[in-house]
Amino acid sequence: MKYGVNEHGYYGDFGGAYIPEMLYPNVEELRQQYLTILNDASFKAEFDDLLKNYVGRPSPLYHAKRYSEKYGANIFFKREDLNHTGSHKINNAIGQILLAKRLGKKRIIAETGAGQHGVATATVCALMGIECVVYMGEIDMARQAPNVSRMKMLGATVRPASSGSKTLKDATNEALRDWIANPVDTHYIIGSVVGPYPYPDMVARFQSIISEETKKQLVEHTGKQLPEYVLACVGGGSNAMGMFYHFLDDESVKLVAVEAAGKGVDSGHSAATTFLGQEGVLHGSRTILMQTPDGQVVEPYSISAGLDYPGIGPQHAHLYKINRAQYVSVTDDEAMNAGLLCSQMEGIIPAIESSHALAQLEHMTFKATDNVVICLSGRGDKDLDTYIKHFNY
Amino acid sequence: MDNEPSTISYKMNRLNQLFAAKKENLLSIYYTAGYPALNTTVDIAEALEKAGADFLEVGFPYSDPVADGPTIQHSSEQALENGMTLNLLFEELTELRKRVSIPILLMGYFNPILQYGIERFCTKAAELGVDGIIVPDLPMYEYEALYSEHFIKNNLSNIFLVTPQTSPDRIRKIDELSNAFIYLLSSSSITGGSLQLTDNIKDYYKRIKAMELKNPTIIGFGITDSSSFKKACEYANGAIVGSKFVKLLAEENYMEKIPGFIEAIKF
Ligand SMILES: Cc1ncc(COP(=O)(O)O)c(C=O)c1O
Repeated sequence: MKYGVNEHGYYGDFGGAYIPEMLYPNVEELRQQYLTILNDASFKAEFDDLLKNYVGRPSPLYHAKRYSEKYGANIFFKREDLNHTGSHKINNAIGQILLAKRLGKKRIIAETGAGQHGVATATVCALMGIECVVYMGEIDMARQAPNVSRMKMLGATVRPASSGSKTLKDATNEALRDWIANPVDTHYIIGSVVGPYPYPDMVARFQSIISEETKKQLVEHTGKQLPEYVLACVGGGSNAMGMFYHFLDDESVKLVAVEAAGKGVDSGHSAATTFLGQEGVLHGSRTILMQTPDGQVVEPYSISAGLDYPGIGPQHAHLYKINRAQYVSVTDDEAMNAGLLCSQMEGIIPAIESSHALAQLEHMTFKATDNVVICLSGRGDKDLDTYIKHFNY
Repeated sequence: MDNEPSTISYKMNRLNQLFAAKKENLLSIYYTAGYPALNTTVDIAEALEKAGADFLEVGFPYSDPVADGPTIQHSSEQALENGMTLNLLFEELTELRKRVSIPILLMGYFNPILQYGIERFCTKAAELGVDGIIVPDLPMYEYEALYSEHFIKNNLSNIFLVTPQTSPDRIRKIDELSNAFIYLLSSSSITGGSLQLTDNIKDYYKRIKAMELKNPTIIGFGITDSSSFKKACEYANGAIVGSKFVKLLAEENYMEKIPGFIEAIKF
């Protein structure tokens, strides 16, 4: 693949495995094994079976008629919100738990921000009967309390990350520290296309099912394989990378990645990484990162807990730098309004993360013949409180 | 391995001179610059030298220190709150070589160095009399392929870590790329634990000894007192005390307590 990773784990200038020696054996084991395992027939069969019968794939590609009328193009929603556990995160969690089993791991750790990845991981651990510890920032545990209860009910231990800014990046730090102390029996299920090589590539492969299905489904709807536009929101970038993956080499397809501008890109309360970040190293990869001139990582802000990560996956940093994808941002207010609009025009309450992708439609102009696919990465159940507060229902 | 080891072009720095002169019971102390207050880096270094430390690791703080336990995390957070930056640290170090003669290493994570500029960082550190750098999250491939020239040009030693899980091949490669010492972790852990001498760990130290590496070895992580220091020195040329010393810095009148702290470990 033209935009894929090279043998050293790089996408252009980005990627690599900037990890302390304590993590080297764990990451090296993964690097050596992941492609062999992923290409193994029994792995593929088990993965496909679980995606079909447990997750409920393929997720529909829904032709949103009222949206199409409103925006003057054929708008399709890729319905990752209909997956078991309510978001795309389960695709990756299933892939990695099967991998962990084949590596003989006895214990799973994960980080989570909004709790969607934590819930997905707790779910697959319950399914496989494997011990599960999820790290979550203390602040996020308070603002996403229902997901904390879900993880506990699924049998996972949720450990508060109380260091630093007490949110997603600190939960990731704590998970990495746990992995350092448990180098042999534990697998770390990272929740997005971030982290040291091979994680960004591995997670992208597990999420690539999104665009693989989309291509086939679009033919059924339109007779064409390729849409004009593909849109997705970006936190770490896993739903976007899954949505872009099989369109990357089709240069006619315009890829649009939507970041969270929070209260505005220049407000000091934002998570628009490509607008506000510089090249740097965090959580094991060289990427674009929100940081001070002294190289200290800045805590981002977004109303959506799943998008307030200070970096983006290294492949996104590369696609941004070489202009293969367009990176834009929408504010809290724009996203919330888009969430409401989608609820009332299509009868779908989207996750606030996904509402960011929907909001970008307001800033685009289309030809009537354009086919536009938006990744509806998750459902809004977890966000009801936030929606209710915002709109005073 | 048909390339000549790149280490040939190094001149002896203070670290090499120290290791040539003294082969046993070397004591190194780690502390975080800017903790508990700004403008104390050289004072603490001077006090540690007087008290009998053989060399020092001065940490520069980072917001996301993944290899560190609660004590050093806390010192880093506090140092950042106090306003410590690489620029400020380099200002504090202007006086270093007027007052301190033992070898000094800087230790910290890669991102602040990357922002400062790696070439500029190496040049500046060398100019101030720094002898080596420890960057836990700068991997061997990137070091060798992209950055080693700046270290070599400035006569700075890059220190690599080795854990009980590091493979023999990799240890050989690390030995080849090193020119001062190799930092042996007492276990796969973050900083701030305790020394465990299980059979497994003893085997690991013996395995390394049997490899007859060209570089001396220093054990770190979990060294907290005289007993753990002496045990570590049975297996390596010396040992490093970090978290335990950082805890001392949280106490009142810590400057006065430094001689007693070092004495208690060494004797
Ligand atoms: C529904 C949903 N969409 C998107 C994201 C953002 O993650 P990513 O950018 O990796 O897809 C999250 C993260 O929690 C999420 O829950």
